[in-house]
Amino acid sequence: MTAGLEIRNLYKSFGGLKVAQDINLDLKSGDRKALIGPNGAGKTTFANLITGILHPDSGSVRLNGVDISGFKESKRVKAGVAKTFQITTLFKSMTVRENIRLPILEREGKSQHWFGRAERFSAIEAEISKILAQFNLLKFEETPVRDLAYGQQRLVELALTLALKPRILILDEPAAGVPSADSHMITDALERLPDDLSVLIIEHDMKLVFKVASKIVVLVNGAILTEGTPEDISQNQQVRDLYLGAQHEH
Amino acid sequence: MEADIIRHKPAKRLGGIFSRRILLDICLISAAIAFFFIFPNNLGFMTRVLVMIIMVLSLDLVLGYAGVATLGHAALFGSGAYAAGIFAVYISANPLLGLVVGALAGAIIAFFSGLILMRATGLTLLMLSIAVAQVLFELVNSERDLTGGSDGLLGIDMDPVLGLYAFDFYGKTGYWYALAVLVVVFILLRVFVASPFGLVARGIHASPERMRAIGTPVYWRLITIYTLAGGIAGIGGAVSAQVTELVSLESLGFNLSAEAMIMLILGGIGRLYGAIFGTVIFMTVHHFAASVDPFNWLFVIGILVLLVVYVVPEGVLGLPEKLRKHLGMAK
Amino acid sequence: MSVFFGILVDGVSYGMILFMISVGLTITMGLMRVINLAHGSFALIGGATAHWLTSEMGVGYYAAVPLAVLATMMVAMVLEKVFYRKIYQFTELQQVLATIGITFLCIATVNYLLGSTILPIKIPEVFTESISLGFRSMPVHRLVVIVMGLVVVVALFLLLERTNFGIQLRAAVDNRTMADALGIDTVRIFALSFSLGAGLAAFGGILGAELLPVEAYYPLRYMVLFLVVVAVGGMGSIAGSFLAAIGLGIIDTAARYIVPEYGTIFFFVVMMLVLALRPRGLLGRI
Repeated sequence: MTAGLEIRNLYKSFGGLKVAQDINLDLKSGDRKALIGPNGAGKTTFANLITGILHPDSGSVRLNGVDISGFKESKRVKAGVAKTFQITTLFKSMTVRENIRLPILEREGKSQHWFGRAERFSAIEAEISKILAQFNLLKFEETPVRDLAYGQQRLVELALTLALKPRILILDEPAAGVPSADSHMITDALERLPDDLSVLIIEHDMKLVFKVASKIVVLVNGAILTEGTPEDISQNQQVRDLYLGAQHEH
Repeated sequence: MEADIIRHKPAKRLGGIFSRRILLDICLISAAIAFFFIFPNNLGFMTRVLVMIIMVLSLDLVLGYAGVATLGHAALFGSGAYAAGIFAVYISANPLLGLVVGALAGAIIAFFSGLILMRATGLTLLMLSIAVAQVLFELVNSERDLTGGSDGLLGIDMDPVLGLYAFDFYGKTGYWYALAVLVVVFILLRVFVASPFGLVARGIHASPERMRAIGTPVYWRLITIYTLAGGIAGIGGAVSAQVTELVSLESLGFNLSAEAMIMLILGGIGRLYGAIFGTVIFMTVHHFAASVDPFNWLFVIGILVLLVVYVVPEGVLGLPEKLRKHLGMAK
Repeated sequence: MSVFFGILVDGVSYGMILFMISVGLTITMGLMRVINLAHGSFALIGGATAHWLTSEMGVGYYAAVPLAVLATMMVAMVLEKVFYRKIYQFTELQQVLATIGITFLCIATVNYLLGSTILPIKIPEVFTESISLGFRSMPVHRLVVIVMGLVVVVALFLLLERTNFGIQLRAAVDNRTMADALGIDTVRIFALSFSLGAGLAAFGGILGAELLPVEAYYPLRYMVLFLVVVAVGGMGSIAGSFLAAIGLGIIDTAARYIVPEYGTIFFFVVMMLVLALRPRGLLGRI
């Protein structure tokens, strides 16, 4: 039994299209891995296979030794796998505070209380304040999320996901759509993630990848091409040809 | 930065809203009591309004809070009405027991139909919800021996409420009874929408994907909400059966579902008070327009509906806010 | 055997009527993602105009039908410009409400002009006779309905497969954004197909007056029927609507023949089964 996430021989195809071919990946406690690859390489599909939005044709996803590949999405979240979306997916009409309150109520098993006000649990309210302070969002706590700048919405999404206290965190292009002037907010927040959390970050922005990740996994046509440290990857001729080179041409 | 411009609202405001709500509640209840004495000849109509408010409140829970658009709420209301009516005719004429039976019937129908409905969205959901109501309509219509079919269920003769207050010919008891049930339902709903589960309902409305991603089994939560709404609509149906001592097929009809939706949107969804104001406005307009010219009241309702959608999509309760914004900008 | 034949003839002609009225609805719903509850109004407008022309203006049936269809198409053009252009941007719920409002206004208008009684359309004598098919005979009217239904199917097929307009329409239903990007004027396409759909509904409404009597409350009474055809067939799928209309027509007719006491219950049960198993309808992709 291994601590962390253990993905073995994962296969998935849509009709004739193989989107995941024999993927093997380990994510140990404290790991910071990045998943890169050209468009259409199957990165988001892979993330969906981990979070349970999709189910694999064969292979296993184990979390701390427990096979979770049969679990539905909501059950995987309870088991400790959380994700952020490529496009922010938040409760836009609600205040920032309510956006954080919901996941904590769910995590604490208090989301099915029919009586008593939602904000009556003082421990939860204190935790919300702590999380908001950590992300510099406290001054917006009563602002509806839809009124925030996009970069800040990104932070709310990160805060909301961390409020679930996940063990595995999948970040699907966390800086996508954020103006470059604000992208330091995201990088700062990523650098301050809890040490024992395992993070898999799917990203196009190489600067961000090199800053945050200690290992890089390269995915091409649904299969892992290679895995290595940022230095290995940046010097790998195959990767340069396939991915980095192609990016320079654009 | 754009977001910095937004002023931080102090938490004190919450208290303000709270006390304003209580003031509004007192006004509404006073109005309901005053109407009893001002319009003693319209008690039947006013009781129907109270019953309808219960039904529309239940719809608000599904549509306004959880964001699930259905067009078959009459299925839940009608089940409650027929269950309570049949219970009164054959088993016990105790009104409060009848309420329980009505609530159970509405909740059971909601639970089982919800198993199908809550998987669907959009047009499919609208159609499925209509179909559930239509199937019940046809079943009730064909089981004439039990339900009276198209003649309606007759022969209901309720016992006095709590053994003290007999239902009278003028509908005085009926009015107080319906008002009492409405107040209890309203308070329950107020508590519920402020609770963690109410927040979950709003969360599902705002983003089902995000709810799943925080570990909420959205489908089952929706079924729970729909079942609760079914219970409340069932109570509305039961009150209707008890105070009018009649259940007609229309209580399962498509028109009732459509009108309930119009009333809710007219008042404004997702705020409970919208159900009250929308129902009162719609039914009053209907009452007067139909009594002036029974054939052309649809003109009035049609124009009213289009005005709401094109001019005040937030509903009548959105008007003050809209005006305030408008004036604020003019300054 | 004769019951079976009766069910088949009545069921198929009923299905053809349902198809003609609903096909415009499936196109508009597929193209603009609009939930349009007012579509039955066009069948009513067509039927009411035909009634007015034949009964009060003394116009012959064969002239009245195209006139009524044209009149309906013009009304649809106006409604599209005045109301629907805005409705496209509405939320689902607002669409439901707005189109219910339009339905109410249509009902009230017809009611105001022609009253709330049934509005019969004088049909040519020959329609009421029976025609021998060699092994069995059937009413001429049913035969006309079935033949006309087939004509509409073939004409629609040719229009969609063989004309420029058809290609553009299919492209727009498949992927509106892409069609826009290719320079297809989707606004015009939609206005045209909306009015074409209204014309077909009017035609179906007139031909089907024997089965679905024309009266002011028509759009509300049969609203569900037409929407069911679209939902079961799959939004945007003309072939799906055809299958659904014929299938539901036969099922409903069979139920009326065999177990009349259960009314339209089978119609709805079948619909629920289909939608529970295939939420996007038989041939729907949306």
